[in-house]
Amino acid sequence: MDFTLRIWRQKDSVSRGELVEYKIHDVSEDSSFLEMLDILSENLVEDGKVPMAFDYDCREGICGMCSLTINGIPHGPENGTTACQLHMRHFNDGQTITIEPWRAKPFPVVKDLIVDRSPLDKIIQSGGFITSRAGSATDANTHLINKGTADYAMDAAACIGCGACVAACPNASAMLFTSAKVAHMNSLPQGKPEKHRRALAMVSTMDDEGFGGCTNIGECEAACPKNISLDVIAHLNRDYSIAQVKSFFKPYV
Amino acid sequence: MKLNAKIPEGPLTQKWTSHKFNMKLVNPSNRRKYNVIVVGSGLAGGAAAASLAEQGYNVSCFCYQDSPRRAHSIAAQGGINASKNYQNDGDSVYRLFYDTVKGGDYRAREANVYRLAELSSDIIDQCVANGVPFAREYGGLLANRSFGGAQVSRTFYARGQTGQQLLLGTYSALSRQIGLGKVTMYNRHEMLDLVKVDNHAKGIIVRNMVTGKVTSHAADCVVIATGGYGNVFFLSTNAQGCNVTAAFRAHKQGAGFANPCYTQIHPTCIPVHGDKQSKLTLMSESLRNDGRIWVPKFAEDAAKVRDGMLDPNALSDDKRDYFLERKYPSFGNLAPRDISSRAAKEACDEGRGVASTGLGVFLDFRDAIQRDGKKAIEERYGNLFDMYQCITGDNPYVTPMMIFPAVHYTMGGLWVDYNLESTIPGMFVGGEANFSDHGANRLGASALMQGLSDGYFILPYTVGNYLGEQGVQAAGKITNEHPAFAEAENRVRARIDKLLSINGNESPRSFHKRLGNIIWEYCGMARSEEGLTTAIAKIKELRKDFWSNLRVVGESGNINPELERAGRVADFIEFGELMCRDALMREESCGGHFRIEHQTEEGEALRDDENFTFTGVWEHLGDNVEPRLHKEELIYENVKLATRSYK
Ligand SMILES: Cc1cc2nc3c(=O)[nH]c(=O)nc-3n(C[C@H](O)[C@H](O)[C@H](O)COP(=O)(O)OP(=O)(O)OC[C@H]3O[C@@H](n4cnc5c(N)ncnc54)[C@H](O)[C@@H]3O)c2cc1C
Ligand code: FES
Repeated sequence: MDFTLRIWRQKDSVSRGELVEYKIHDVSEDSSFLEMLDILSENLVEDGKVPMAFDYDCREGICGMCSLTINGIPHGPENGTTACQLHMRHFNDGQTITIEPWRAKPFPVVKDLIVDRSPLDKIIQSGGFITSRAGSATDANTHLINKGTADYAMDAAACIGCGACVAACPNASAMLFTSAKVAHMNSLPQGKPEKHRRALAMVSTMDDEGFGGCTNIGECEAACPKNISLDVIAHLNRDYSIAQVKSFFKPYV
Repeated sequence: MKLNAKIPEGPLTQKWTSHKFNMKLVNPSNRRKYNVIVVGSGLAGGAAAASLAEQGYNVSCFCYQDSPRRAHSIAAQGGINASKNYQNDGDSVYRLFYDTVKGGDYRAREANVYRLAELSSDIIDQCVANGVPFAREYGGLLANRSFGGAQVSRTFYARGQTGQQLLLGTYSALSRQIGLGKVTMYNRHEMLDLVKVDNHAKGIIVRNMVTGKVTSHAADCVVIATGGYGNVFFLSTNAQGCNVTAAFRAHKQGAGFANPCYTQIHPTCIPVHGDKQSKLTLMSESLRNDGRIWVPKFAEDAAKVRDGMLDPNALSDDKRDYFLERKYPSFGNLAPRDISSRAAKEACDEGRGVASTGLGVFLDFRDAIQRDGKKAIEERYGNLFDMYQCITGDNPYVTPMMIFPAVHYTMGGLWVDYNLESTIPGMFVGGEANFSDHGANRLGASALMQGLSDGYFILPYTVGNYLGEQGVQAAGKITNEHPAFAEAENRVRARIDKLLSINGNESPRSFHKRLGNIIWEYCGMARSEEGLTTAIAKIKELRKDFWSNLRVVGESGNINPELERAGRVADFIEFGELMCRDALMREESCGGHFRIEHQTEEGEALRDDENFTFTGVWEHLGDNVEPRLHKEELIYENVKLATRSYK
């Protein structure tokens, strides 16, 4: 297969970027999208040119490192698929493909297709954990957790932290990301003691880090490679409201 | 270099308990005076960093990804073992210990393995407390499955994403400590050298992968938890960035490297599709519970299948060879990884392989679907089937799945004693980066267990013991002003400049591929004296070529993936030679190491316990000097050495 690629090139965070056009030939339809970019990189190196920088690691859709906006859609056109799991057989021979980094104010471009997603880590650092010192745990079967609850927590915990939800949201909101973690932990008995504190802290960090508010557009859900459902947002909203009321009466929730 | 395993006295079952009592403690109010460096944020590094910080030490943690949550532990699918015996099916600490020693083909250290089995229960408790959403039964209890051929159900799992959920557990504990200011996290930093002061590990040199800046970090001790070196094969199931650099640089500074030739080839990966491929994808081993593995009985039929002239479904059973069921009737399709992989290779060597390259065997669910119905199979493996279809474009409900062995795990690693301390005092090694617990072959679901036991429950004690021994007056005394740091920084900078200045014609990726081909061909599933000798010569040649014909575009003061790869490939090349040397030295077959000269008449691995019941530990003596072999004799006081049989 042959493609025309328009790729965002930007020297560093302060330089201006632009789309640069490249041609690529004889790509196998069994190649993954990133393998296609590898081939292009090798071609560029052969010509003594510096290839585009892009993030990846596991290449199996789980580490959340890859982060390409493909033809305007984070992770490209296939539903529930990360860029690294996307295969060229889903494109047409001769097609023009535009490749850009995540576009969101809280994620500044570092170079070419690489952005800085550290604000997502900050949200977790502020409350996305269950405090449990190594050595202090009780037997694992002490809390019985009904299967439905465990499955619900697992669905939410499947988030890979790639940030596609933020990139897809016109407000650059991190609501789906934050809610997924809150829903995972707040639904489990182990997570209950810190439930309200968690919701308050994480939402407040989300605001501080410059993410926009959620206006229920739903683009995040559509872009999520792990199909995390909007239901988790309702979960956070519920816990957050209760936490706010509680904190009004008691300084520590 | 002296090897002293420091195995505590006393009966096996009491060693860890008495050792914990005998170790030095550091007064809680003094702990904040000590600095600890942890390199790696996977299960081993993440758990160690979080736990040491909880205890009160100042921790700096490093990883090469943009977030600690992306370490390659995230990719583990199948599960994690623990001897909880929740299923009441006869499991016990002793059985898990015994299975691990046997599975490792009697090449692991008894005391370490026993401790691992002993701690396995605590790990599950800790993970659940952390919020890991393990699979549950309807009654709310934790669910288990049998995995990797074990005869008890001791594997805990979170769908097909166990590694992800465990890692997110350690990541959240680590994040909490980062938020509290007890851990300083350095993302996108690559360790490029180890710094020793008076022969003790006292710091590391890292390159900031965004700015290119090379900096020194000093501490009272260093923990290396940088994962495995499977990418020496170029194609593997590891993440793209997995490397041997941190471990190998430490090796060059004096840390012994143990059993580098022990690598695990996993039988169920998606076959290679072409020469532009960058990685191999694992299909969970659980598929072997219901899928039947076969190739056409006759090479002519296989050729027709490869060319697409014959639909495999049209082959009747008498024209199929279910080779695992035939050779190992009692374990059948669940034979251990090393054995299954080798059997698949043999079938392909006989010209009976499928897939366009001839390097593939079928994993067929036809009979299972007939027996249990499509719905049941879909429930069990739906997500795996979808993943297979997404990658290959084939529908495994209709066309039999194709699989082929691929490199997956490395049992070899930096040598450590019972305290997980390397031959460099003050340098500890955890997780896949050390050699410790799996002998010559690792059992499924045991790597996650080992990473977490190292990180949560062993290093927090043994690191404290070392710091206690150094005394509080030594705490925080060495800073990066010490001349040893400037010297090491210069070494690192000179090497980066060298890589950038060769200006040849061949890319780092191309060299990596060439290396991978050599290693796969000669140091893969079947090894021989002749092949290994050839490989060593070829690698030497490749190394020369690398340092004269490499081309690294771009500059060092910026994100430069080409430069990063070049540095890693340079280490892989030298390491690859060491691996082949180790394989050549080990004149026996054991676990994942199969020397064709040493097999039974039926083609099974033949150990030589009289001469090779030892861990081979290599000491680096200088570039272009042959390394020296040291031996740690393995003493079996509890388990009787026997021939592994899965017939
Ligand atoms: C596809 C796959 C499936 C698996 N499934 C299972 C399973 O089901 N059960 C099981 O028990 N095991 C499984 N394993 C094995 C298991 O996942 C690993 O052995 C284990 O997770 C390794 O953990 P670790 O902490 O040692 O290393 P990793 O998780 O690899 O972490 C390494 C860390 O070191 C950092 N690092 C590396 N090099 C450097 C450097 N030079 N400088 C700075 N930082 C560096 C990385 O950034 C990372 O943070 C699987 C492995 C693979 C590849
Ligand atoms: S590279 Fe890991 S999710 Fe895409």
